[in-house]
Amino acid sequence: MADTAVATPVAHDDHSDHGAHHTSTGLSNNKLAMWMFLGSECLLFGGLISTYMLYRGRHSENLGPDQVWDIPFTSASSFVLLMSSLTMVLAVTSANRADDRNTKVWLSVTALLGALFVAGQVYEFTTFYREGLGFTTSLFSSSFYTLTGFHGVHVTVGIIMLMSLVGMISKNRVPGSKAETVELFGLYWHFVDVVWILIFTLVYLIPA
Amino acid sequence: MTATDTSAHDDTHQEHGLSDLGYVKIAIALAIVTAIEVALSYTQDQLGALFLPLLLILMGVKFFSVVLYFMHLKFDNRLFSVMFYIGIVLAVGCYCVALASMHFFSA
Repeated sequence: MADTAVATPVAHDDHSDHGAHHTSTGLSNNKLAMWMFLGSECLLFGGLISTYMLYRGRHSENLGPDQVWDIPFTSASSFVLLMSSLTMVLAVTSANRADDRNTKVWLSVTALLGALFVAGQVYEFTTFYREGLGFTTSLFSSSFYTLTGFHGVHVTVGIIMLMSLVGMISKNRVPGSKAETVELFGLYWHFVDVVWILIFTLVYLIPA
Repeated sequence: MTATDTSAHDDTHQEHGLSDLGYVKIAIALAIVTAIEVALSYTQDQLGALFLPLLLILMGVKFFSVVLYFMHLKFDNRLFSVMFYIGIVLAVGCYCVALASMHFFSA
């Protein structure tokens, strides 16, 4: 009872904690946990980006970033991932309106754009490998493949989660608040996009 | 609050944030900023010392646009912002110290 009395004003002031009136903070525990997870992910990607920055100059004469990068291609990939953030946020607003049909459409489009980005990354890795840049070729290549590979795995996991969510919405098997579930998936997806914004500038656009 | 009330609230998840058109405008702005970033990377010789700060500022603009608007941090409870920014501050602080100890900035 005391919890409800404390929590209710906070919940209605912030419009951020749907279906969370039973918690002591008045906020959704699921959403709080997701934000904590994303905060911890900052440390993971911070470590990987720092390692790359440290080793980006450690390569042979003809297999460095300036020789292998294809900026127009990577820019197109970045554009695709940015647009997937737009479709994701449109899925969230559709879910807020309890519009299941549009939610599924936008989630599917987001997964498709994510798959296009991953396909581009696979093509890029294959091209680099054919040019002689293997995982163990240099410290530069190891740190580059680890960083971008980890990001690619995050996108891939996101695609699997999105498709699962589409299936769950179709069968009406989403536990709890559907809108909040879509919003949590959205937070993860936007975080993956935010990390790519950093990688694109720090890794691809700033010369070694 | 009864279970029925909670359920009703869940089904009509309250709208917060921008309209769909607002999100489209932000996405267009993000695409334009990305194009400017790419254009800058081709003119780094002309820009000289301005190149790096400009690129980092544009990166920051894109980063916070997504975090504040697409991730709704601007409209949500401050506790969510605290959770996220603690992670960022810890990461930036910790790894800047680590890089400095390896003479990254002096090199």
